[in-house]
Amino acid sequence: MDILTWTYLLVGLSFVVYIGIAIWTRAGSTQEFYVAGGGVSPLANGMATAADWMSAASFISMAGLISFSGYDGSVYLMGWTGGYVLLALLLAPYLRKFGKFTVPDFVGDRYYSNKARVVAVICALFVSFTYVAGQMRGVGIVFSRYLEIPIEWGVVIGMCIVFFYAVLGGMKGITYTQVAQFCVLIFAYMVPAIFISMQLTGNAIPQFGLGGTLADGTPLLEKLDGVLADLGFAEYTSGRKGMTDLFMITLALMVGTAGLPHVIVRFFTVPKVKDARLSAGYALFFIAILYTTAPAVAAFGIYNAINSTSEKNIAELPVWVQNWQKTNLISVDDKNGDGKVQYLPDPATNELAIDKDIMVLAGPEIAKLPNWVVGLVAAGAMAAALSTAAGLLLVISTSVSRDLVKTFNPGISEKRELLIARVAAAGAVICAGYFGVNPPGFVAEVVAFAFGLAAASFFPVIILGIFSTRINKEGAIAGMVSGLVFTIGYIVYFKFLHPELNSPDHWWLGISPEGVGSAGMFLNFLICFLISKFTPAPPQHVQELIQQIRIPKGAGAAQNH
Amino acid sequence: MSDSPNRMTSYWKKNLRTLLVLLSVWFIVSFGFGIILVEPLNQYHLGGYPLGFWFAQQGSIYTFIILIFVYVARMNKLDREFDVHED
Repeated sequence: MDILTWTYLLVGLSFVVYIGIAIWTRAGSTQEFYVAGGGVSPLANGMATAADWMSAASFISMAGLISFSGYDGSVYLMGWTGGYVLLALLLAPYLRKFGKFTVPDFVGDRYYSNKARVVAVICALFVSFTYVAGQMRGVGIVFSRYLEIPIEWGVVIGMCIVFFYAVLGGMKGITYTQVAQFCVLIFAYMVPAIFISMQLTGNAIPQFGLGGTLADGTPLLEKLDGVLADLGFAEYTSGRKGMTDLFMITLALMVGTAGLPHVIVRFFTVPKVKDARLSAGYALFFIAILYTTAPAVAAFGIYNAINSTSEKNIAELPVWVQNWQKTNLISVDDKNGDGKVQYLPDPATNELAIDKDIMVLAGPEIAKLPNWVVGLVAAGAMAAALSTAAGLLLVISTSVSRDLVKTFNPGISEKRELLIARVAAAGAVICAGYFGVNPPGFVAEVVAFAFGLAAASFFPVIILGIFSTRINKEGAIAGMVSGLVFTIGYIVYFKFLHPELNSPDHWWLGISPEGVGSAGMFLNFLICFLISKFTPAPPQHVQELIQQIRIPKGAGAAQNH
Repeated sequence: MSDSPNRMTSYWKKNLRTLLVLLSVWFIVSFGFGIILVEPLNQYHLGGYPLGFWFAQQGSIYTFIILIFVYVARMNKLDREFDVHED
């Protein structure tokens, strides 16, 4: 069978499974819709969290990003895993004990103020919307690339699938679908990686292969450093960014990860505090399988790409290079007319353009694997994109139905609330789909900033809400607003108002807009402290609430008001 | 007397001490070995990996996983010791 047939078959099969699970687990109550009834096992929740977390960007683009940034790519690897340590140790167990459905729920109750709740809802909606728009675009690109249909149609098909199981199944449907999606995506990622690792280094485990030696006896990384240096590029294993900037970007990604509402809400679905801690451990384990393989895929990919093209005759390039030239993901332009390919840092003389996505997408062909593996990678990429989009849509619908409508109409019936949640989810799908088809130019950039905004807004007030009994509503509101305004201001200034100034010389303390969320977080902490110091302490019932969430005993299932 | 204020204070203090130790390790392997000290560590090798590079792209992630499981075990024990565990 040819590649396209295999792709349709495997992608179609995976969709049937997802929809089957969605029907089987559809939600009947708000409790099931918001937190899957609170009865998900820590292992299943760990897998679902991992699928929720790993988006189309993690699956398709991250390895390529590392290929071209070498050591600097470490910020993504450490940033997007280290956040789970913060989540497990500082947030998940206490928020689970608190036992409501959403992050704004916590902020509103802990800071005894609907104003604080609304500020939190706005932050949550802003972060989730920017993130989901990028995901829908990712869904569209994956569909169009593999199924050879226009991107618009890809987005529409993706919308229908997500609509079906997010709106019908709520958190319960999403959770069990995500477990299946995790299995598909991790299998699809590992198979090509293992075979490429064996071909290059003789070691079947990519994590060891990256530190292994090539057939001629030189270590792969040493060889790669040499190859890149000979062509005039920076060495693969040494950094190009400033140390302060690396530090701040990593911190912003870690803290942002721990502050993302769609990740936090996953820990409301397990039965106990103990399970919340454990499932964060499982989640990181499952995420780490992909995140420790990605740097290997990255190094193998760039090595193979250079090795099979640089100074080779254009007529004799390998088949995969010729195949992927059709999609423009790789292109050759013989500028000096010598009939060979020169890969060089200077854009004026460089003859080879490689898109970062090719490191994963062309993996099966580089490894000379059978056609069905290409179909498998397609199904994996689709699983990654859909699972993340669904998790985000749920946060958006919950924010609307629960944090906004229910807060201001506490009397509405459960049935009505569930209906509003479903309508909100449907609205969010359509809205996200619109941005997927007509992406505003800045979506891709804004997705990266969602982390900075989450770091600068949520993280400090949640941490302080648990670990301090003195921080009050005045401090929290001022902290969230100042952190958010500072971070947005800095990003807008350098990215949109004065893009010509966006270089290390002009940055404040050498911090790039990507890393400024860390500074926003420190500002948030500082303002929280100062304002709280000069305003009255929180009332007695809030002090008691804090004492209660600090001990695991007595955690029931997540409660309605 | 499982929830007498003194006992709870001492439970909370032990919890904070656990967090302090584990988060120090978290900071040292990632920001310390992976970023600040990466150049000097790269003088050493682990198989074909320069050591600092290994911490940044592999070692820190493995350590993160271990940290969470150590935390889980430690807190389960602490919860029982102070009789604040569930079920």
